[in-house]
Amino acid sequence: MPSLDLFLQPEIFLVWTAALKTFVILGVVLTMVAYSVWAERKVSAFIQDRIGPNRVGWAGLIQPVADGVKLLLKENFVPGGVNKFFFSIAPSLAMIPAILVLAVLPFGSSLFGVPMVIANLDIGVLWVFAVSSLGVYGIVLAGWASNSKYPFLGGIRSSSQMISYELSLGLSVVPVFMITGTLNLGEIVQYQVDHGWMVFPAWFQSGGGLLEITTDNGGMFGLDLGQSLLWIPMMISFVIFMIAMFAETNRVPFDLPEAEQELVGGYHTEYSSMRFALFFLGEYAAMIAGAGVIVTLFLGGWSLPFVPDGSQGWFWGLVNIGTFFAKVAAIIFFFLWVRWTLPRFRFDQLMKLGWYVFFEVALLNIFLTAGILAYLQS
Amino acid sequence: MATIVQRPKLNLLERSYFPAILGGLWITIKHFIKMLFGQTKVTMQYPEQKWDSAMPEWYRGAPTLVKDEHNRERCVACQLCEFICPPRAITIKPGELPGDNRWSKVEKYPEKFDIDMIRCIYCGLCEEVCPEQAIFLRKDYSITGLTRSEMVHDKEKLYELGGVMHGLVHKWNEKK
Amino acid sequence: MLTILFWVFSVLMLASAAAVVLFRNPVNSAMSLVLSFLALAALFVTLDAFFIGVIQVLVYAGAVMVLFLFIIMLLDLKAETRRRLNIAALAGGIAVLGGFVVLITHVVKSLPASTDHFPPLARTGYPDAYDIGMTLFSDFNLPFQIIGVLLLVSTVGVVFLSRRSLR
Ligand code: SF4
Ligand code: SF4
Repeated sequence: MPSLDLFLQPEIFLVWTAALKTFVILGVVLTMVAYSVWAERKVSAFIQDRIGPNRVGWAGLIQPVADGVKLLLKENFVPGGVNKFFFSIAPSLAMIPAILVLAVLPFGSSLFGVPMVIANLDIGVLWVFAVSSLGVYGIVLAGWASNSKYPFLGGIRSSSQMISYELSLGLSVVPVFMITGTLNLGEIVQYQVDHGWMVFPAWFQSGGGLLEITTDNGGMFGLDLGQSLLWIPMMISFVIFMIAMFAETNRVPFDLPEAEQELVGGYHTEYSSMRFALFFLGEYAAMIAGAGVIVTLFLGGWSLPFVPDGSQGWFWGLVNIGTFFAKVAAIIFFFLWVRWTLPRFRFDQLMKLGWYVFFEVALLNIFLTAGILAYLQS
Repeated sequence: MATIVQRPKLNLLERSYFPAILGGLWITIKHFIKMLFGQTKVTMQYPEQKWDSAMPEWYRGAPTLVKDEHNRERCVACQLCEFICPPRAITIKPGELPGDNRWSKVEKYPEKFDIDMIRCIYCGLCEEVCPEQAIFLRKDYSITGLTRSEMVHDKEKLYELGGVMHGLVHKWNEKK
Repeated sequence: MLTILFWVFSVLMLASAAAVVLFRNPVNSAMSLVLSFLALAALFVTLDAFFIGVIQVLVYAGAVMVLFLFIIMLLDLKAETRRRLNIAALAGGIAVLGGFVVLITHVVKSLPASTDHFPPLARTGYPDAYDIGMTLFSDFNLPFQIIGVLLLVSTVGVVFLSRRSLR
């Protein structure tokens, strides 16, 4: 059959598997976006002793569809005096970067020998930062083009907030690269498969540990000296990265660009209908992408202790993919949980925290890691 | 006398926010879990569950007109309720009872009797002022309509809601 | 394929670079500059220089231009769009541009690469971030350190100057 051979030629194989992965991931993530909106409403309701959406479908599970239809049918209102061009492209500019981040995240090990990552870039992490730093344009332009005071203040806040927190975001992951020696997200995950997760380094494959328990299937559970020492800077990195991620994705307690109470919704005050929906969904997509990055860098990506990867059969490949998304969902739950717990920071507190605390701690953390690595090598 | 509350001095740990944040997270997750396992009492799910059985006797719902067991309209169109109604929800057009009517000595009856339910504030003053025990606030509370005119209850509707009421004083009956 | 991409991105880059000066509205100019940076980054990527491409986006499009936009938005843009065309400034600009073009063609022509073809750079088999790091920290270590110190000095200077009270 010539047609099948054509599909299996290396280059063409690469193209159609990449396209397939892209579509599947996009579908999965957009569904997750819709359901994280549902989860947000449900979690907030439960935390506040309410029931939450429960009318559309069982436990409100079809609510996202109803919301989508409602937003589609609403009038797409453009206020007078806005800069039409920027006003209409801003929502897409907010949505696109969040989705582009997904391209480099390894969401599974491999399935039928195909690596489960859309683009295996050697500089995956830098791609993540570069693309997510572009996300601010959507917000800033929306604020400026709306020709209205509240959105403008939201845009201004957003740009200064993003610049401040991008710095600690970038610096806080440098120790991870120092330890793993690579910028490739897939290799970082592989390192964690071998040496334990960054925030939970409880197993390893090389001997000579402080504590070791050998399990039945040959895996080793325990700690060695290097892991337990490096665990300290890794925890610091993890906490800073997590908090900076909250600021990057404009989540409470750092949701100053939106700030319903002070800015009536901030940068998207003047938006309605599908344009508003794009902002809204973009925010959740950014949250999912951010959670994916956190999982990949610190929580071992698709790996679970002693679960084999996709080279052992398609079943394990699927388990790995499931693991990744389960971890992402857990992080998202944490995001929601924090949102309904903490009050918003004041703007000066936010700036102080970013520049006086996180920046310095992240910087010191790099030196700490370097010191530990030098000690371990000697 | 003004009391001056001293700001508490925070130690380093407290100033790092972490204890407070963790405490807050602990409180919210407790609520979440309790709700998840259905241990929290929540409000009534309105359209499915209703108050109706638990409604007290003195509940003030929509004002209605009633008839008595002789099928006589109780209202004599004295218009007291129209005067007392604070938001002026009631409009009455009195008519004269014809001489051959059994109740002709009552002389008046309401030809038209409208209550604008958009205006009504369910105060119950109409019931209180009525000398004829003709108007009562019953237990209907879910009055809806798609237009303003639908929200005006006319005489027919008011009698439909009110129905027949037994055990009222019959001051217009013939002496036995 | 790569040639097509090269032309697409270089045309995009040059067109948006021209738009930077042609637009009257500063926000339009700033956004054109961002687009130009992105196209430039794409050109780097077609040369397999992923690291430089991404850093281009991260530093210029992601940080520097956000700051620019931040400042521009605080200005009164209406005054800027009302400004009339200044013939003298235009002529001066064109003259400088012409001089620059002449200069750069001469420089490019005098380069040995314009006549004989160099073989493409040998692949080390490592990601380009690795190559750049190796080169920076071995062959060009001293200049690199000097630039680092320079940046540090200027940072300290900025912090000092922006303190509220200069005693
Ligand atoms: S209840 Fe009060 S407001 Fe309503 S009709 Fe009677 S007097 Fe008027
Ligand atoms: S309802 Fe009572 S108060 Fe009102 S007009 Fe009739 S008799 Fe008079």
